[in-house]
Amino acid sequence: MSRKVRIAQLSCGSEYSGVQNEIYRAAEAVDAEVFFPDIALADVERAVDAFGLDVRSADLKLMIGRGMALVEGKVDADAVFIGTCFRCAEAAIVRNELRRYIHENSRLPVVSYSFTERTTAGTLLTRMEALTTIARRRALLAREAQTGITMGIDSGSSTTKAAVMKDNEIIGTGWLPTTEVIKSAEGVVAQALEMAGLVREDIQAIGTTGYGRFLVGRHFGADLVQEELTVNSKGAVYLADHQRGASTVIDIGGMDNKAISVIDGIPGTFTMGGICAGASGRFLEMTAKRLGVDITELGPLAMKGLSKNVPMNSYCIVFGTQSLVNALAAGSSREDVAAAACHSVAEQVFEQQLQEIDIKEPVIMVGGTSLIEGLVHAMGDLLQVKVVVPPHSQYIGAVGSALLASGFIEGE
Amino acid sequence: MAKVFIYPATSLILSDLVARFGHKPLGAALGIRERIQTAGVDSPPLQITPEEPKRGLKYAAVEVPSGVRGRMAIYGPLIEEAEAAIIVNDADLAFGCMGCARTNELILFTLRQSGIPILELDYPGDEEEGVRFVAAVRKFLDGLPEEVEA
Repeated sequence: MSRKVRIAQLSCGSEYSGVQNEIYRAAEAVDAEVFFPDIALADVERAVDAFGLDVRSADLKLMIGRGMALVEGKVDADAVFIGTCFRCAEAAIVRNELRRYIHENSRLPVVSYSFTERTTAGTLLTRMEALTTIARRRALLAREAQTGITMGIDSGSSTTKAAVMKDNEIIGTGWLPTTEVIKSAEGVVAQALEMAGLVREDIQAIGTTGYGRFLVGRHFGADLVQEELTVNSKGAVYLADHQRGASTVIDIGGMDNKAISVIDGIPGTFTMGGICAGASGRFLEMTAKRLGVDITELGPLAMKGLSKNVPMNSYCIVFGTQSLVNALAAGSSREDVAAAACHSVAEQVFEQQLQEIDIKEPVIMVGGTSLIEGLVHAMGDLLQVKVVVPPHSQYIGAVGSALLASGFIEGE
Repeated sequence: MAKVFIYPATSLILSDLVARFGHKPLGAALGIRERIQTAGVDSPPLQITPEEPKRGLKYAAVEVPSGVRGRMAIYGPLIEEAEAAIIVNDADLAFGCMGCARTNELILFTLRQSGIPILELDYPGDEEEGVRFVAAVRKFLDGLPEEVEA
């Protein structure tokens, strides 16, 4: 059995919010242990002075002291979890600055999160899993080329995708809406194999990712079952042909969205939002339905419109949609409404996710929503950069899984 | 014997002073150690559950961070029970401290609004101030009634 991954917890309010047990449970589920860096009380004030951020809360001072001890190598850890109370401004400043400080001054993977009393182990699981994956599978994540014949399956909340790869080329793909998890996976596998002109027995290794990764992984006897944060990062830099150096990966999914700061194909810091459906692909699906167009037509429609012509009163999937409906009733064009919906999702991701990571170019957008041209355009406008959408971006998880799974052919 | 809320609530020294001078200290029964291996400087001795922040809604609105409400679920009832309070401002971490500055602001405000007798002192910087500090605490506690009428 492998050694437990040691995750250093830097937090304020986790115990009094009643969520400390949930943090422990999430870590245990991925065979990791959370610990609090042992630091001398006398070192806390010294560290705060040296860090230069004059905060009043003692636990935030403690976080700074512990963060500095990690960077200075006084405490050994494999990864860092930074957590503070949601809606605390003082804590948000410390969380963000500490995250940046650790990211810039160490190789420790960091995830930051703001919790409420409703935060559960399930919410934290994918984040903890990604931290342990980065710590445990650094060698596998360094893989830059696919070898042999492998297949990746991405069982997402909205859609299921498969990709068959052979000798570093994508030779087959499959895509279906997720209905019954196994049935959808069987469907996309059949599509991908047919396109590749292969049969199941030809596949040398299988990787799965996405919400249904465990179930699908068991069903297909996958060699690699891995969360989508690391898999998508890998897939993004592989498809964008930017495997070395810094990049930023944005994946606005059907149920949540991810923003990942990547260095050499490995996530350094990342955030994952899943509280509000208004910042997800679901909002765009609902808009497309209301406009009476297929989701694939929403992007081109949005490109012809101007978002500022439609007043949006809320990011909420219910009240935001109401704004769109009101605008249509008041005579706004379908193009403007489509553009406003794209802008709304992009702006919410920009405000809530992208502030938690450092944006470094290239900015790579992946996932099904990256095919919605209007959304990519809105994101580029907000970030003031040209956003890269690599080929096969909708198959990012499947391609990343197939790429990483090839490491198992050689027994890595 | 009066029930005296102490601030910082984790201060064993303050707790001891109040008990020594014949009154009942109301505070967190947790010492601050030389090294900190727990989540916070005032890690609770009891297991807090997500129910506490909900109980804390009695003292702070839902937009107040959950950590503040969780703490208020513990300290709010003690403040309601208190018949007097001693507040030490700007205390050294080793004297006893509370992890969250926002909770501290709310606790101090609630105490000041309650109308109970309060002694507010600055943390002593040297021995001379320390002697005056203890004398002031003693004088305040001596002035409290032995039995407080309900």
